[in-house]
Amino acid sequence: MPISTAHKNYDVAVIGGGMIGPALAIGLAERGMKVCILDEGDDVLRVARGNFGLVWFQGKGFGMPRYVEWSRRSAKLYPSFAAELKENTGVDIGHANPGGLELLLGDEELAHRRHFIGQIYQQGGGNEYEVEFLDRKQTESMLPGIRLGDEVVGASYSPIDGHVNPLFLLRAMHTRFQQLGGTYLPHHRVSGVVKNGQAYDLQTAAGTVSAPKVVIAAGHGLRELGPPLGLNIPIRPQRGHILVTERTQQILPMPMSAFRQTREGSIMLGVSAEEAGYNDMVDTATIAKIAQRAGRIIPALRNLNIVRTWAALRVLTPDKCPVYQESQSHPGIYAVASHSGVTLAAVNAKVASGWIADDPAPEEFEAFSSERFNAQKTA
Amino acid sequence: MLKRRHSDSEVVAITVDGVAVEARAGESVAAAVLVSSSEATRTTPVSESPRAPYCMMGVCFECLMEIDGVANRQACMVQVAPGMRIQRQLGARDLRGAE
Repeated sequence: MPISTAHKNYDVAVIGGGMIGPALAIGLAERGMKVCILDEGDDVLRVARGNFGLVWFQGKGFGMPRYVEWSRRSAKLYPSFAAELKENTGVDIGHANPGGLELLLGDEELAHRRHFIGQIYQQGGGNEYEVEFLDRKQTESMLPGIRLGDEVVGASYSPIDGHVNPLFLLRAMHTRFQQLGGTYLPHHRVSGVVKNGQAYDLQTAAGTVSAPKVVIAAGHGLRELGPPLGLNIPIRPQRGHILVTERTQQILPMPMSAFRQTREGSIMLGVSAEEAGYNDMVDTATIAKIAQRAGRIIPALRNLNIVRTWAALRVLTPDKCPVYQESQSHPGIYAVASHSGVTLAAVNAKVASGWIADDPAPEEFEAFSSERFNAQKTA
Repeated sequence: MLKRRHSDSEVVAITVDGVAVEARAGESVAAAVLVSSSEATRTTPVSESPRAPYCMMGVCFECLMEIDGVANRQACMVQVAPGMRIQRQLGARDLRGAE
């Protein structure tokens, strides 16, 4: 491929074409800014092709009340965000908000979940927290026609939870971004960023791009891009596996954390968490465990053939809460990192983009600063 | 409709959608169904478009049928057996009532 030497100028250069970059880029373009997305190719980790597709609230935000609110806010913005994408791009991202369940096997899991959810409730200082516990009977009544395994003792339930087709979401966001006049530049791996007057020059594999504002939404790429720009954010990869069954008639009326049924009928099973470095290969023992647990929760699932499996690497911060950080040494350069790119897509497009565009920073952003990791180190 | 080239093998009685069919020992369910009818052997789960066996070697998954009560089996990869009950796989399988 010929290396372009054209010098391209934008108001904002967003590094990363996954779930976070395009969401922010849509919001910036909607504010009338000239925006480009610098992406690599399909030879990189491509975490945003491996998502499960939950728009999930319950259990998020342990240790950070702001993240509880942030997730809720995104979930509430989702219906209009999805409708807007459909209207403008014709892509139906399949968003549904029927509520969500986390099914629990045995009293120990129930006690553990009650304790965990109780802590998130308490940290909210008595504010409403829309998660309740259902006993087995109540759980059964939400799942007509499904026989639960004998070990199922109940579930935690939240009406805020929902799901989406993550690949259609990605496509819709890219399409919308370009409709709004945004420029998508694949094969533009950024190798260096240097200050040039009021702007930053981004050296890429296909020429230099300049912008006064730069957003690093590069997933694991932040590890390399961040430190020279004063953004030392300790993210790490955490591997998760997903299994997909053959299509069946609709049987699951709502997502259940580790399972969800797509609109087309496939049942997706997840979700593991392994420390495997940057190895995103499928591990057979792990997928066997996922399948076995699914069969203990809903025995009928044992009849289904598994047609696909994959693993992907979550972008995990030490406290599993998102980071939104502007560089102190390089003002105008922002980093956004989260494993929750699907859930937060709506709030990233509609609210977080304003933080970058220089609207007054939403209050939440103080809590989302990566300073919290430095404080923990020196404490 | 396809024709069987030779038929010196033993006759195996099976049913396809409840209709008696004479298959031959050693042949696949897909082959037996193809020589007994030219109708689609399944419809797809989402658009319900009609399909029939295609690759005959276990790769394309177009030949999915219900065999002895088990949905979505590859008919080209299963040999006929006496008394086998074959159903066309119409749309997505249904898990309701399954254990």
